[in-house]
Amino acid sequence: MSTAILEEKTARPGPEGPAVVNDFSIHVATANGSGSMSSNNILMRSIFQMGIPVSGKNLFPSNIQGLPTWFTIRASREGFIARRRDIAVLICMNPETAHEDVRTVHPGAAVIYEESLKLDSLRSDLHFYPVPFQKLVLELVNDGKLRRLVVNMIYVGVAGWLLGIDMAEIERAVAKQFQGKAKAVEINLSAIRGGWEWAEKSLTKTDPFRLERMNETAGKIIVDGNAAAAIGCVMAGVTVVTWYPITPSSSLAESFTDYCRRFRMDPETGHPTFAIVQAEDELAAIGMVLGAGWAGARAMTTTSGPGISLMSEFTGLGYYAEIPAVVFDVQRVGPSTGLPTRTMQGDILSTYNLSHGDARHILLIPASVKECYEMAIEAFDLSERFQTPIFVMMDLDLGMNNWMSDPFPYPEKPFDRGKVLRSAEELEEHAKRFEGFGRYKDVDGDGIPWRTLPGSIDHPLAAYFTRGSGHTERATYSERPDDYKNNMDRLARKFENARTRVPAPVLSNGSGSPVGLIAYGSSDFAVEEARVILEKRGIETDYLRLRALPFTPDAAAFVAGHDRVYVVDQNRDGQMYELLCVEVLGDSPKLRSLRHYDGFPLDAESVVEGVEAGERS
Amino acid sequence: MSTVAEPKAAPTNRRGLSVKDYGGLKSTLCVGCGHDVITRQIIQAFYDMGVEPHRVAKMSGIGCSSKTTAYFVDRGHGFNAVHGRMPSVATGAALANPNLLYIGVSGDGDTASIGAGQFVHLLRRNVPMIYIVENNGVYGLTKGQFSATADIGSRLKTGVVNDLPAMDLCALAIELGCGYVARSFSGDMKQLLALIKGAIAHRGTAMLDVISPCVTFNNHEDSTKSYKWAKDHEIAIQEIGFVPFFEEIKVDYDPGTTQDVALHDGSHIRLRKLRADYDATDKMAALGLLHEGQTKKEFLTGLIYVEPEKKDFLSLLHLPEQPLAIIADEKVRPPRESLARMMAELE
Repeated sequence: MSTAILEEKTARPGPEGPAVVNDFSIHVATANGSGSMSSNNILMRSIFQMGIPVSGKNLFPSNIQGLPTWFTIRASREGFIARRRDIAVLICMNPETAHEDVRTVHPGAAVIYEESLKLDSLRSDLHFYPVPFQKLVLELVNDGKLRRLVVNMIYVGVAGWLLGIDMAEIERAVAKQFQGKAKAVEINLSAIRGGWEWAEKSLTKTDPFRLERMNETAGKIIVDGNAAAAIGCVMAGVTVVTWYPITPSSSLAESFTDYCRRFRMDPETGHPTFAIVQAEDELAAIGMVLGAGWAGARAMTTTSGPGISLMSEFTGLGYYAEIPAVVFDVQRVGPSTGLPTRTMQGDILSTYNLSHGDARHILLIPASVKECYEMAIEAFDLSERFQTPIFVMMDLDLGMNNWMSDPFPYPEKPFDRGKVLRSAEELEEHAKRFEGFGRYKDVDGDGIPWRTLPGSIDHPLAAYFTRGSGHTERATYSERPDDYKNNMDRLARKFENARTRVPAPVLSNGSGSPVGLIAYGSSDFAVEEARVILEKRGIETDYLRLRALPFTPDAAAFVAGHDRVYVVDQNRDGQMYELLCVEVLGDSPKLRSLRHYDGFPLDAESVVEGVEAGERS
Repeated sequence: MSTVAEPKAAPTNRRGLSVKDYGGLKSTLCVGCGHDVITRQIIQAFYDMGVEPHRVAKMSGIGCSSKTTAYFVDRGHGFNAVHGRMPSVATGAALANPNLLYIGVSGDGDTASIGAGQFVHLLRRNVPMIYIVENNGVYGLTKGQFSATADIGSRLKTGVVNDLPAMDLCALAIELGCGYVARSFSGDMKQLLALIKGAIAHRGTAMLDVISPCVTFNNHEDSTKSYKWAKDHEIAIQEIGFVPFFEEIKVDYDPGTTQDVALHDGSHIRLRKLRADYDATDKMAALGLLHEGQTKKEFLTGLIYVEPEKKDFLSLLHLPEQPLAIIADEKVRPPRESLARMMAELE
């Protein structure tokens, strides 16, 4: 057997209707723990290598072995990589779900399945391809222990023949998947070829779905968002990572570890230039990040919704004590015993306000793997600039699924390490200009004070005592109402300043249409595709993609410029919609806010003064 | 004409600093609080050892004890964290800058109740720091509730009786592999001072469980954490001497009656045995002693267990010489070729 024989284009019976080329989804139904991930990656990568834009999504259960898993590969000649609802090619490897899978598939779909399941009696509007997988695997794989895993390679071969995937690309994809492990490459490739040859000999193609070589993926990469963010952290010079395992964020910390071992060892000393600690829980993970950030390191943790809840108290402390920290929240459905392996934009509201007392946080919201990378870098600059915890709001879809992207550019901007007095001379100079050193004194008018790092300067003015909100400008203990209020107002000023420093929204304006769309994060893929569909159907739209909180002034301007604005949220409560209502739309002259926040109980006079002031103006 | 007499210069330590240079703010705790006595011994120990004040990092959680880090070494940075979670903050800071001398001050509530989880993992990791528990068996700042170290059967002023057994922090620490475990009493200043100096000289977590009576809420007759009870019941297992690394050892010792332990920085701690044949480097003996003391309701103090060679957490990580907190930016941003390789692998 040789590939030369396989590459000879045997006359493949064509479909009855017009061919559907490079524009359909393949859906693979398996049980988890059956080793199908490698097969699915090989299928996806082969298509990608044929120059066809592709994306892959894993819909998996919270389980290690035996529960249903689906993997969807979408090929799109137009480059759309959002999930597609209709399935063109179904590969049924899981007897448990096979009937349901077949019942729900789109009419006209092709179904590859284990012969003995006899699925062809279920419907008459599909193209059925029975395959004797169990019989073939006995013939193709000698090692009994490997059969359960390698059986999945057979469907790669069958689907490859059926859809017209180039065998040479499959071979390359196999080599890449098994990283040159010769034995693994040989076993898996022989199963794939076995499937291909069997299909060629035994099947007659009746469905219209075909893959044909294009040139749309040259120079592109395929990567998941967690790995992309990890690469960002590596390039951002992160030195301390403390984390607690939680799906779907664990692979971010694990990728970071892998990359660091290869790219962050000091070439001169051989020492790692990083410290990674798996903490005992999320409370400890964020506590360590704050300790490290306080001491001067670039530190981060990775988590998801349940972890965010646990980090609430420490986040509040980080906000009040003004400590740089970065938290990657790879959002998912909660709570722990909910649908922890499904995606959601679930933590927008809770994270924006995460704390006790008054607090607002800067959230960065990437919408692509490239932005996961770029915003990871940006997050550390912002956290050191604003001396506050920053949250990078990813989600399971973006974080754990594979996405095509342009390669990531090298970061040209040097690190922004923020306002740190690093030597006795700098401290002296500062003290001369501003009458001493006040850790929480706003000497520059931007709400951001200067800090010193523990142990770095031997000088009587250098040290300060870090605590929550009850402190003076010089970081001494105070419960005075004016000290508290001044500090809170400065923190608010600092946050206002962040509005002009966070990544601005991406605006697609100028259609002249009265209809606007607002979306954020991983919704972007689907929204961009929807706009094309809507336009074809006669509805033009403008689009504002939010990339951060707090809102920049663009949000209000966009809302003002359109008659109807649809806010897309991947959550029940319309969390971003609610925030927009509160912060943008709710700015009605009818509503006025009376605020009292100096730590003392409210008195009537404060209310009277507020009402009178409002009525006079 | 008269001359003004030169003021007598205050005595100084090996760095030319006076005790005042190790001081802090005035305490705002109740008059007679055991914690203030401990604070004074910390100041004295840091002075005697000639620690550089700016290299001290003072860590604490929440409670009366946790306020005390403001009362000493104000030339060192302090961090008053959240309740029961100071160990994680200290661990993070130590990862970023291993060159500082970390001292954590906590209480029995902050350590044994809300903080048990982080306390356990701090010990398990053996993060290099001094960890002092100012143990009075009661919550002071919230006005007198039991903590997890209150003895079974002890009674609050309000008449409430504690029905649950006390957690023995020393036994717990030994079980978790802590290499310097001591119990003391704020009324036994000499012993406490020697134990704190030993803790400074040790590398790894040094845990000191110091009974420190709460004069306001737990110093009454029915309390087993009162001055009177502690004074009446304290049984020191050793008489502790300390020879710092910068002083010559002048006095010989008799190995039959005294145990000499060389500590990480070259200092020596001399334990004159008051309990026949007690070996502070024998883990099983230490656990046995603690259990025996519990059964007999004895209040045993001294250096319960010491393992000076034990590897600390930071040394396991092979950190670079220059702390990660201040490592140069160019050392931590890989060059263009590295990113190009990462990208090529994803093509």
